[in-house]
Amino acid sequence: MPLSVRIPFTRYLDDHGQPLDELPGWVDDPELLLELYRQMNLVRVFDQKCIALQRTGQIGTYASTLGQEAIGTALGRAMTAEDVLIPYYRDTAVQLQRGVAMQDILLYWGGDERGSAWSASTAAEDFPICVPIATQACHACGVASAFRIRQQPRVAVTTCGDGATSKGDFLESLNLAGVWQLPLVFVVNNNQWAISVPRSLQSAAPTLAHKALAAGIPGEQVDGNDVLAVYDCISAAIERARSGKGPTLVECVTYRLGDHTTSDDASRYRSADELSEAWKHEPIGRLQRFLHQQGLWDERREQDLQQQLTERINAAVEQFRAVPEADAAAAFDHLYAQLPECYRDQRDELVARAATLGGTDHG
Amino acid sequence: MAEQTTLCMVEAINLALHRAMADDPDVVVLGEDVGPNGGVFRATVGLHERFGFRRVMDTPLAETLITGITVGMAAQGLKPVAEIQFMGFIYAGMEHLISHASRLRSRTRGRLSCPMVLRTPHGGGIHAPEHHGESTEAMLAHVPGLRVVVPSSPRRAYGLLLAAIADPDPVIFLEPSRLYRSVRQVVEDDGQALPLDTCFTLREGRDLSLVSWGAALKETLEAAGRLAEQGIDCEVIDVATLKPLDTATILASVSKTGRCVIVHEAARSYGPGAEIAALLQEQLFHALHTPVQRVTGFDCVIPYARQEMAYLPDVESICQAAYRTMQGEP
Repeated sequence: MPLSVRIPFTRYLDDHGQPLDELPGWVDDPELLLELYRQMNLVRVFDQKCIALQRTGQIGTYASTLGQEAIGTALGRAMTAEDVLIPYYRDTAVQLQRGVAMQDILLYWGGDERGSAWSASTAAEDFPICVPIATQACHACGVASAFRIRQQPRVAVTTCGDGATSKGDFLESLNLAGVWQLPLVFVVNNNQWAISVPRSLQSAAPTLAHKALAAGIPGEQVDGNDVLAVYDCISAAIERARSGKGPTLVECVTYRLGDHTTSDDASRYRSADELSEAWKHEPIGRLQRFLHQQGLWDERREQDLQQQLTERINAAVEQFRAVPEADAAAAFDHLYAQLPECYRDQRDELVARAATLGGTDHG
Repeated sequence: MAEQTTLCMVEAINLALHRAMADDPDVVVLGEDVGPNGGVFRATVGLHERFGFRRVMDTPLAETLITGITVGMAAQGLKPVAEIQFMGFIYAGMEHLISHASRLRSRTRGRLSCPMVLRTPHGGGIHAPEHHGESTEAMLAHVPGLRVVVPSSPRRAYGLLLAAIADPDPVIFLEPSRLYRSVRQVVEDDGQALPLDTCFTLREGRDLSLVSWGAALKETLEAAGRLAEQGIDCEVIDVATLKPLDTATILASVSKTGRCVIVHEAARSYGPGAEIAALLQEQLFHALHTPVQRVTGFDCVIPYARQEMAYLPDVESICQAAYRTMQGEP
């Protein structure tokens, strides 16, 4: 059976942070390890803050990254500023690593378009979060095509969840990436759940990485809770793409420890036992145990880190709260490069209607 | 002195594509069969040979993908011109047009934009197979952030396509396939774009405004000629850009004539004619001598080739609507 084609699976650390194999050379760099650890913690604490802000009515619906911090952190770290990220909606970790400010992420989820107008120069051409499933994969092909046309040594990276791999956009994009040998990396966050639909009901493919094979491109799996493995595989895929060796699909196998979004209640469709089992594999504790074993971390540093993160995040929340209400006219002013004459009256009407309503109750 | 050549519309489109690609290295062309084959209607003939495979790209047969990659290329500052082989196949790409192309500028507050053109043949009357005669421009014209342009002659196709490619926002360029080869005109390759968002007054008149676009203008102009012989002096307006609409030109014309007949191939209900009629009653109610009339396709599926001519507005129907308008009968 062709389905028996073996898909490589990479994991360096077990749940206890013990190396399973010889570690890649870059692991000898303690600074990089500590940076990844701190960043994953930032993502988790920020994520908790976002949920708290949603629960208190200060932002809108939010898609938590709980348990999936390793993927975005490693991915963002593996990219260069010249590369372009074309993300989906569970990408707080990558966005933070790319340099998007926390207050911009809060603005976006708080219902303000200015949250995708960030000034971060390290993410200047990155796409905003993409809500319509898998459509971003096609845009990523377009971005990568632009690099190919202009013969620039840049790489496009796109992300999606396991559910998105069922969509035509995803499969059409894999297919094109193969035909055109695009400088593109597809990163699938297989967190086992597409809202309430489990991985087993998405596809009969043995792995999601198998989907790359029909497109003629390499597909591999990585333990998405092992930041060393994710960083190693995605870095290699990005460098292959940069050196003209074409696209790769990397399926990061992880688990969505939170609800789909703050509007979801996962207890309706999955068992508490499954969830508590999944917690045993989560990525931050795993790296922390490894760092302890390496003598790079201790309780005191952990306390300092948590305090620093809380202060940093609270400062960002204050900045977010201090952002003045947007100008209602912006909806028309950014519709086209120049406002067509026939919409002038509507613009005035919108501004007048907004003036009678006052601000929103966020903040 | 500029070179003078007589061209049909598809040749004028081809000329504009050559011109745009020669003038701007960011212009690229993509779609199904647009490479060595030169497109199924031959609109892209010669581009592949002249500009090479990097800038003239045959894509896999996947319209969702074509539309989506066009968005991605445009976000990178290229000026991609994508071809969808027939309007009936554009729907696979609608999600990308509605949810991305039209709003990339807005949702990033101008950080990114989408200067793309999507060309597709439009309308019936060429006895093509089913799904090849669609006039669903209203679906696109309803979407904030898009431009929808329909040329009605070789010269306007050349000038409007150059304008569409130069435009910093997404333009859907609907090419009336019935006009592709049926009319020839002198088209100077002067690189001059025509204005977008602007109606063209093809004929001035005092009594009645006939408002149309695309292939239906052929019958509309013919009707205006026949009506003139009967003493009814018609003004004929080519809308050309359906979105955003040049309301000023239409309002000025109907202010003068006090009467209006709108002619389009698209189905009647919720068609662009409804928008124009609503505009007239909102803004010109007291200047209208008689009710606005519509001559349109029907609210049925466009018939296959043998019956399709009965679906399309004909000269007689336009004249009858004009008589009713002149007499004040609804």
